[in-house]
Amino acid sequence: MESIQNTNREAGGPAGQAPPVFRRRRSAAIESKVIKWVLFTCALISVLTTVGIVFSLFSQAASFFFEVSIWDFLTGTRWTPILKPQSFGVLPLVAGTLLVAGIAAAVALPIGLSTAIFLAEYAPGKVRRIVKPTLEVLAGVPTVVYGYFALTFVTPILKGIFPDMLVFNALSAGLVMGIMIIPMVSSLSEDAMVAVPRSLRNAAFALGATRFEVSLRVVVPAALSGIVASFILAISRAIGETMLVTIAAGATPKLTANPLESIQTMTAFIVQLSLGEVPHGSLEFDTIFAVGSLLFLMTLAMNLLGFWVVRRWRQTY
Amino acid sequence: MQTTSQFNQRLAFREAIGKVLYFVFLSAVLVGIIGLVVLLAQILVQGVPWLSWHFLSDYPSRHAEEAGLLSALAGTIWLMVLTAALTVPIGVGAAIYLEEYAPRNWITNIIEINLSNLAGVPSIVYGLLGLAVFVQFFGLAVLVDFQILGVDVYMRFTGFGRTLLAAAMTLALLVLPIVILASREAIRTVPNSHRQAAFALGADKWQVIRGVVLPSAIPGILTGTILAMSRAIGEAAPIIAIGALVYVTFIPTSPLDGYTALPLQIFNWVSRPQEEFRGLAAAGIIVLLVILLSMNAGAILLRDRYQVKTDD
Repeated sequence: MESIQNTNREAGGPAGQAPPVFRRRRSAAIESKVIKWVLFTCALISVLTTVGIVFSLFSQAASFFFEVSIWDFLTGTRWTPILKPQSFGVLPLVAGTLLVAGIAAAVALPIGLSTAIFLAEYAPGKVRRIVKPTLEVLAGVPTVVYGYFALTFVTPILKGIFPDMLVFNALSAGLVMGIMIIPMVSSLSEDAMVAVPRSLRNAAFALGATRFEVSLRVVVPAALSGIVASFILAISRAIGETMLVTIAAGATPKLTANPLESIQTMTAFIVQLSLGEVPHGSLEFDTIFAVGSLLFLMTLAMNLLGFWVVRRWRQTY
Repeated sequence: MQTTSQFNQRLAFREAIGKVLYFVFLSAVLVGIIGLVVLLAQILVQGVPWLSWHFLSDYPSRHAEEAGLLSALAGTIWLMVLTAALTVPIGVGAAIYLEEYAPRNWITNIIEINLSNLAGVPSIVYGLLGLAVFVQFFGLAVLVDFQILGVDVYMRFTGFGRTLLAAAMTLALLVLPIVILASREAIRTVPNSHRQAAFALGADKWQVIRGVVLPSAIPGILTGTILAMSRAIGEAAPIIAIGALVYVTFIPTSPLDGYTALPLQIFNWVSRPQEEFRGLAAAGIIVLLVILLSMNAGAILLRDRYQVKTDD
């Protein structure tokens, strides 16, 4: 009873107008603190995601490495985790991953860079405004669609050229992946070239350089850090790409450099095992965390390298 | 010493190289565009004959002629709604913090570096995160509760990895960096003078954010959210890793139900050896692309309307 009377008095009693104002202020101060912490927690979730990724991958990979030595894992050349006799050498998966990514890079880097040069240095504004978003559609197409395209369109054509090629092969997946990552290279490279100041170009023109000389000898070197970073990020994307290679590149872990053969990438292996009937918690199941850890470290290293290149070699004008 | 005629000869040569290179660059652009056109054409040619009302309204079947993608379509819509419900509050909250509150210190620095790095993590790795956290951890937690709560709960939660909620949480983490980035850009475009005007009228910080910053940032935030969702519903790898079902003949009715999704159904059809299922896959791709395209068109419309508004 007394407490209710007290609150009544505080709310509108003899103290006049001051208490309500005072009260509102105090609750506002608490409120703003709470809000700030809630928002901070939201921002922290992204950091917790990284911590979660590292912890969950590495802790389960650790239980795998109790059974299989890291050295055997990293240097072994036979990958047969489900078949007897079991063998856990990851090199065939790494080789398959790098083979596909290499083919994709061979397609996407020159084409993407040329596209960027054309858009930044040659194309009139109107063309650029149409071509750029059109190419970016390529980046928005789900990767299962590319897998379908590689398997049902590109592979039959390639089979006409190489009759002894297998249905699932690294070449078809790599070529299509190359097309898929063109916009990554071209957008980032073009951004870097557009950022090169007009005055540098004008100076070169004034010295009598032709347009391609300005493009290749002035603009490209000046934008090199951004271009190299776009290359690195695109390759990192190719290494982590999953559905396309699962559908089109095959499921045969093989240490080979022959793009006409069926291979298996690290990502495709993870999908294959996830779809299978291997019980959770078994040694066979933990292989996906060991492979996942390696994949994560590879892409992380490339992404960090990309950021470092931008930071270290950026020309500021 | 170079004479004028030598120079002219050389200049003609240089210009010829320039012309050749121009066509090299141009054809590079065409490779990308032709690639896109051929891709779409191939899918249309293969898929259109399979499109029909029953394809949209039937469940998948072992017989290609009777198969439809109703369950996958329903799953994808569920995923889109749940993922948005999880990502938007967190993403916008994080963006507000980073733009309006964050002091310049090492914690903020870590958050920034971390965000740009997360965007480069392969989607399958998010799937492994979901597998470890949402499936194995939650599965374990409820295994203990089993004796107390009864058989029913046990049955539901051991399959947590196969539920819509687990998939939506995984996808939410995957697209969170995209939503945060878009929201930050939207918040940054709100002119400082608007904030100062509100402060001058006596508003406190949160009132300024809620009453001034957010209303003018909402179109940009929505655009970013739509684009993030179109990324999320195209992903198959992470939901395969956490254990989504591949063959589903029911429509999920709660977030704790099993599900399948369009990209997964397409993957399932592509991986079958029979020719007919390839056609089904193409038809499924058409449906998925139509959804993605209309989402993107919606995002562009929103952006345009928003731009007109600021011109007023």
